Amino acid sequence: MQAVTTNDTALSLVDTVVVLGGFPALAGVSFEVREGELVALRGANGSGKSTLLRACAGLVPVARGTMRVLGVDLGARSTTNSSAMRRHVGLLGHKNGLYADLTARENVRFAARLVGASDNDVDEALARLGIDTRVASTRAVALSAGQRRRTALASLVVRRARLWLLDEPHAGLDSAARVELDAILRDATRAGATVVYTTHEVVNAAAPNAGTVPRTITLAGGAVASDVKGGSAR
Amino acid sequence: MRRAFVVAKKDLMIEWRSRMLLVRVAPFALLVLVLFAVALDSEPLILRAAAGLVWLAMLFSSLLVVQRAFAIETDDAALDGLLIASGEPSQVFFGKIIAAFVQLLSLAVLLVAGAIVLYGATVSASNIVLLVTTMLTASLGLASVGTLYGAAVANMNGKDSLLPLLAMPVAAPLLIGASRATEAALGSQTIDASAGWAWVALLTVFAVVFVSAGAAAFGTLVEAES
Amino acid sequence: MNTAATGAGTATTATRLIGVAALAITAFVAVSAFWLTPADAVQGESVRIMYVHVPTAWVAYLAFVVTAITSGLSLARRHRTLGFDRVAGASAEVGVLFMAMALVTGSLWGRLTWGTFWQWDPRLTTTLFLFVTYVGYLAVRNIDTDPQRRARRSAVLALLAVLEIPLVHFSVVLWRSLHQEASVLNPDGDVRLDGLMLFTLFAGVVAFSLIYVWLVLHRQRLAALADARITTGLDAAIAARRAEAASTSGAGA
Repeated sequence: MQAVTTNDTALSLVDTVVVLGGFPALAGVSFEVREGELVALRGANGSGKSTLLRACAGLVPVARGTMRVLGVDLGARSTTNSSAMRRHVGLLGHKNGLYADLTARENVRFAARLVGASDNDVDEALARLGIDTRVASTRAVALSAGQRRRTALASLVVRRARLWLLDEPHAGLDSAARVELDAILRDATRAGATVVYTTHEVVNAAAPNAGTVPRTITLAGGAVASDVKGGSAR
Repeated sequence: MRRAFVVAKKDLMIEWRSRMLLVRVAPFALLVLVLFAVALDSEPLILRAAAGLVWLAMLFSSLLVVQRAFAIETDDAALDGLLIASGEPSQVFFGKIIAAFVQLLSLAVLLVAGAIVLYGATVSASNIVLLVTTMLTASLGLASVGTLYGAAVANMNGKDSLLPLLAMPVAAPLLIGASRATEAALGSQTIDASAGWAWVALLTVFAVVFVSAGAAAFGTLVEAES
Repeated sequence: MNTAATGAGTATTATRLIGVAALAITAFVAVSAFWLTPADAVQGESVRIMYVHVPTAWVAYLAFVVTAITSGLSLARRHRTLGFDRVAGASAEVGVLFMAMALVTGSLWGRLTWGTFWQWDPRLTTTLFLFVTYVGYLAVRNIDTDPQRRARRSAVLALLAVLEIPLVHFSVVLWRSLHQEASVLNPDGDVRLDGLMLFTLFAGVVAFSLIYVWLVLHRQRLAALADARITTGLDAAIAARRAEAASTSGAGA
C-alpha cells in the first residue's frame, strides 16, 4: 500500500475551482487546515459547502487550482491515484451510509472488516460514541436520527479515518444530542483526526454550554468569505 | 480478495435478513414460468421450449437481483463510503459478483426444478453434470454482467429502465448458450450432450471475459451519488 | 481540420468539398440505380434496394469500428481525450441512423424477395443487437454532464461493446447453424452483378461513406463548440458566482 506522507497540513486548497454540470460550484477556494484541527464550514444553501467536502473526499474532480488532501495532490492537473488517500478519509453526507437490515454493530463491523480492524476496535468505537448494547443490536432502520449519526461516526472511528468530512452532522438532532456531538468531534480531534464539518448555524459564542468556538470558515458564492480563528467563548 | 469476501458476506447477510430473494424474486421467477405456460397454452410446445423459458425467467430475475444489490447501497448513500473505504473498486465488484452469483445459482436451481415440475421436463443421470455446469457458468456470467451495468446506472435518473437496455443485449449470448446447453441436458432431439458442452465452453469464455473486463471497467463506470 | 471556421458555423473547405463530392456521387448512384442498371433476372426491380441497403450496412459497421477505435484512443491518450471522445459520440449517432436504415431496407428487401420481413440469420441478428447496444450507449452519453467523465464512461462502454459484439455474433452463428441453413438467406447472395451494377454498388458505398464523414465532421464540431462554450464561459461563470457573495453578504450574518 502506498504510503501517504504525513504532513502537518491535512487540507491545502489554492484557488480551487470545481465545476458541476457546467456550473462553478466552487469558484476559487483557498484555505489550509492543519492536522488535528476542528473546522466549522458555514454558508448559505448553495454556497458550495457540500461540494467542497465531496471534492476533498476525491469524489468530484477539480477543474482548476490546487488541492492537497493528506499530502496527496488532487488538483486540476494531477494524475495521482487518489485511492491511497481515500482510505484515510471519512465522508458523512446528508445520509448516513448505513445498511437498513444490519444492526448498528454489524454496520460498524463491516467498516472495520474492510480496513482490517478487529472486533475489539468495534467495541471501542461503539463505546466511544456512547452506543450501548441495546442500541448496538438494533437494526439500522429502527434507530433514531441521533443514533444513526452516532453509528455512522463510529464507523469513521473504527476505520481510523484521519480526516473527517461531515456534511451538516447536527441536522435533525435535538439540543442535547448536538452538545453530545460537539463533544464527540472534539474527542476525535484530540485523538489526532482532523474534523471539518458544515453547518447552517452561527456557532453561538454566548450560549451557556458553548465551550470553545471552533475555527469558522464562511463560504459564499463558491469562495471563502471569512476565516475566523477559534477561541474560547466569551 | 479479502475485502471482496467482506463485501460479499455483507450482501449475503443483508439478503438473509431481508429475505428479498425468497419472498420476492423467487415467487416472481416461478410466476414467470407459470405465465409462459398460460401464454403458450400447449404442453408439448412448452416442454420443447422449457430450457429457453427457464433462462428467460432467469434473465428477468437477475435484473431484480442486481437492482436490489445496488438499492441497498444507494438507499442511504452507502456506496460512496464503500468505494472510499475499500480502496480498490474492483474488490467491491468481485464482492458484489460473489453475492449475486450465490443468489442467481439458487434461483437457477429453483427454476430448473420448476421446469421439471411444471413443464414435465426430465434430466437423465448422465446429463446432470452438464446441467450443473451450465447453471454454474451461466449464473456467474449473469452475475458479472448484471453487477457491471447495475453499478453503472445505480445513481442515475431512470436507472430502472436503463439497466435492461444496457444489460440484456450483452446477456444475449448467455441466454443462447445456457438455453441450448440446458436443452441438451434435458434430452433433446436436435442437440446432443457434446454440443451442450460446446455451449458450456462459450458460457465459460463469456464469464471469464466479463469478470476480467468488468474488474477493469468497474472503477470508471460506477458513479458516486451526485 | 479540427478548428471550426470562426463564427460561420461548423463548415470548412474540407467539409464543403466532401459535401459536394457526396452529392455528386449520390446523384449518379440514384440515377444509375433507378434507370441505368438492369433489373435482376430472379428478383426483378426489388434488387434496386440493394443499392441503398448494402452501403448503409457497410457504413453502420464502419461507424462502429470508428467509435471503438476513437474510444480506445480517448482512454489511452492523455491529450486530445475529449476530441477523440467527441468523434466517438458523433460516429455513434450517425451510426445508429445508418444502422436503422440498414435494418429497415434489409427487412423490406427480404419482404419483397422472400416474402418475410425478417430472417434470423447471423448478420441481421447481430446488426439488431448492435443497434440496441448503440442506443444504450447514446442513452448513457446523454446523462453525463461533465465532458471528462462522459468521455471516460462512454469509452469504457464502447470497449465493452467491442468485446460483446463478437461474442453475440459467434453465439448467433452457432445458434443458427443448429437449424442447418445451408444457404444464408441473404438477398444479395443470389444477385448476379454485372459491370454497371457492381460499379453502382461500389459508388454507393463511396457516396454513403462520404455522407457519413460529412455528418460526423459536422456533428463532432458541434460538440466541440458546445464544450468550448462551457469552458470559455467558465471564467464569466466564476465571476458571476463570486458576485453572489457580494449580494448575499449584506443580508447574511
